[in-house]
Amino acid sequence: MSTEQMNGAEMVIRALGDQGVDVVFGYPGGAVLPIYDALFMQNRLRHILVRHEQGAVHAAEGYARSTGKVGVVLVTSGPGATNAVTGLTDALMDSVPLVCLTGQVPTHLIGNDAFQEADTTGITRPCTKHNYLVKDVNDLARVMHEAFYVARTGRPGPVVVDLPKDVLFATGTYRAPETVEQRKSYRPQTEPDPARIAEAVELILRAKKPLFYGGGGIINSGPHACKLFAELIELTGFPCTLTLMGLGAFPASDKRFLGLVGMHGTYESNLAMHDCDVMINVGARFDDRVTGKLAAFSPHSKKIHIDIDRSSVNKNVRVDVPVIGDAAKVLEALILALKARRFTADQAALGKWWRQIGEWRKRDSLHYERSDKIIKPQYAIERLYELTKGREIFITTEVGQHQMWAAQLFKFEHPYHWMTSGGLGTMGYGLPAAIGVQVAHPDALVVDIAGEASILMNIQEMSTACQYRLPVKIFIINNQYMGMVRQWQELLHGGRYSESYTASLPDFVKLAEAFGAKGFRVGRPDEVDGVIKEMLAVQGPVIVDVVVDPAENCFPMIPSGAAHNEMILGPADKKSSGPVSEEGMVLV
Amino acid sequence: MSDIERHTIAVLVDNEPGVLARVIGLFSGRGYNIESLTVAEVDRANSLSRITVVTSGTPMIIEQIKAQLLRLVPVRAVHDLTAEGPAVERELVLVKMSGTGDKRIESLRLADIFRARVVDSTIESFVFEITGSTAKLDAFINLMKPLGLVDVSRTGVVAISRGGGKF
Repeated sequence: MSTEQMNGAEMVIRALGDQGVDVVFGYPGGAVLPIYDALFMQNRLRHILVRHEQGAVHAAEGYARSTGKVGVVLVTSGPGATNAVTGLTDALMDSVPLVCLTGQVPTHLIGNDAFQEADTTGITRPCTKHNYLVKDVNDLARVMHEAFYVARTGRPGPVVVDLPKDVLFATGTYRAPETVEQRKSYRPQTEPDPARIAEAVELILRAKKPLFYGGGGIINSGPHACKLFAELIELTGFPCTLTLMGLGAFPASDKRFLGLVGMHGTYESNLAMHDCDVMINVGARFDDRVTGKLAAFSPHSKKIHIDIDRSSVNKNVRVDVPVIGDAAKVLEALILALKARRFTADQAALGKWWRQIGEWRKRDSLHYERSDKIIKPQYAIERLYELTKGREIFITTEVGQHQMWAAQLFKFEHPYHWMTSGGLGTMGYGLPAAIGVQVAHPDALVVDIAGEASILMNIQEMSTACQYRLPVKIFIINNQYMGMVRQWQELLHGGRYSESYTASLPDFVKLAEAFGAKGFRVGRPDEVDGVIKEMLAVQGPVIVDVVVDPAENCFPMIPSGAAHNEMILGPADKKSSGPVSEEGMVLV
Repeated sequence: MSDIERHTIAVLVDNEPGVLARVIGLFSGRGYNIESLTVAEVDRANSLSRITVVTSGTPMIIEQIKAQLLRLVPVRAVHDLTAEGPAVERELVLVKMSGTGDKRIESLRLADIFRARVVDSTIESFVFEITGSTAKLDAFINLMKPLGLVDVSRTGVVAISRGGGKF
């Protein structure tokens, strides 16, 4: 059975089936017609037709991040492939497992500037974990299976398989996944070095002001890793902060959770980062949004860094104990070793540390000035959270102020329920990602918390949502500005709002209706609850246009080039902290 | 910066299309230096190629370079020959000389001292072939410059560890 003859296109479909794929996000075109023909002649694999290839990749990301499975994309050659590049880069930065199949001109035309030809493997080399150009149909099955293996193992990432049209028509031998041998050059290290575990344990035993700093790596490792992470926090009684990608890895309602860390993280998280004496980084990468000014980053701490990717270690921040391995395996080993040492925390020191954190918490850094005249963006998100609390809800976001407010104010209890573009910061991510999530979870509540500028970057995907009757809810925090750009212009560029105001926004209610969806607009604080309830009652896709205070800024904020203990807490605070340094200005 | 180090790194890779582009793209994309780079297949049966790259950077950057190289899917092994113990480093140069008379005779005499070989000769030109360390070759080329040096072609460094160990 495993050595059947078939053509390349059939092989692609067969391999997807053998890899357990049930849905593909794609857009047809000349070079992939044979695959679409093979798709037509079967009914196991579902195809979701997007309206732009970038949307296909983000949808596959949403699918992957809400299920833990590999997302699959199918696009044509040339513009199909180049349109996918932003999504691929996004997936690479945020470690999302994807396999993206791209059509290619026939092998004899490669290099001839043929119609819809692009050097896809050349273009995508720096924005994929790995890529392939298949020139022989007899390599195709092996490459397909290897692509899935590479995408999901180690630090996950996107893999491109470029498929020339003649290879898709050629007949060859199919090989089942279990007959494909693993390549010698790719062996991610999952088991930690016991010596490193022992060193980490010593640091944890001596810690007086410890802090867990968890990231997306815990979630990528799987639900078991999240459970072990919670178990380790329970065992130690240490406080925990999470990165943007890590939200959900530990229940936000737990009193040991200090909130988001980094540029728009809470006061208590960032000061705990700054003042801790032992930092235990699990699956985070010391991203510049988290560290702020590197020279002043957590200056007095010993740092343990658990990561499956060796290149994440000592890249930005020099650490004391690097532990290479899969988060679940490392956490398991740590828990075992701590129990073997009959771990008990230094209660006196830990109590003092918690009292200090309690003082910081009292600053209530997520506080904002309420209004009964104009909707504060934070209020809208807070109400959305309150009115959906207790229900299973998946949140996606676009990029900007609304994204940071969502990260601050939404309390995620479980992993796989928060999908946002962290590393690349891709505006236009949220709607297609929500579509991917909804495809994976047809009956769940999926909300894209959006900005009016971001949503317009992939608004065409409303048509996809309507075609498949995907009831995604798009909750637009409409301040008429690219809010984060406006905020930086206010704080760093003397209030010169260069090109950050959108003068001619569409009527989002009519826009929703034009696509065949429902639209609502709300402008008064006392009507927010009503419109959210209306939105939730609708069976199909909805756009809610929440007209908010255009001048609101997202706080707290660590200005670029500043340290964690130099946060701006709110509008009243910004004058006292002085202007941003010249070094800070040049940072992004 | 004062703590810039020069390292010779051997990278063993699957010999497949695009593998060199991956390595070079990694260096240019992340802003690492390449001082020299050589590549050739070393084991046809196992389709294994060896890339020798001479690079420079702070110790943290050198560590990053090695980790990033190892992360590439077709890379089987990365060995820092500078850090892992003594290694032999050699380069081969072809030096074309033109001229007649005293300068021609002097260049031949110096070539003899440096143990360079003449691999091509006409009435008014030589091509010398010389192997050795980068420093020795630099010295030879500098001596040849006033004597009618026309062109130089260098291989870049190839290296292998001393002793019986692999790599």
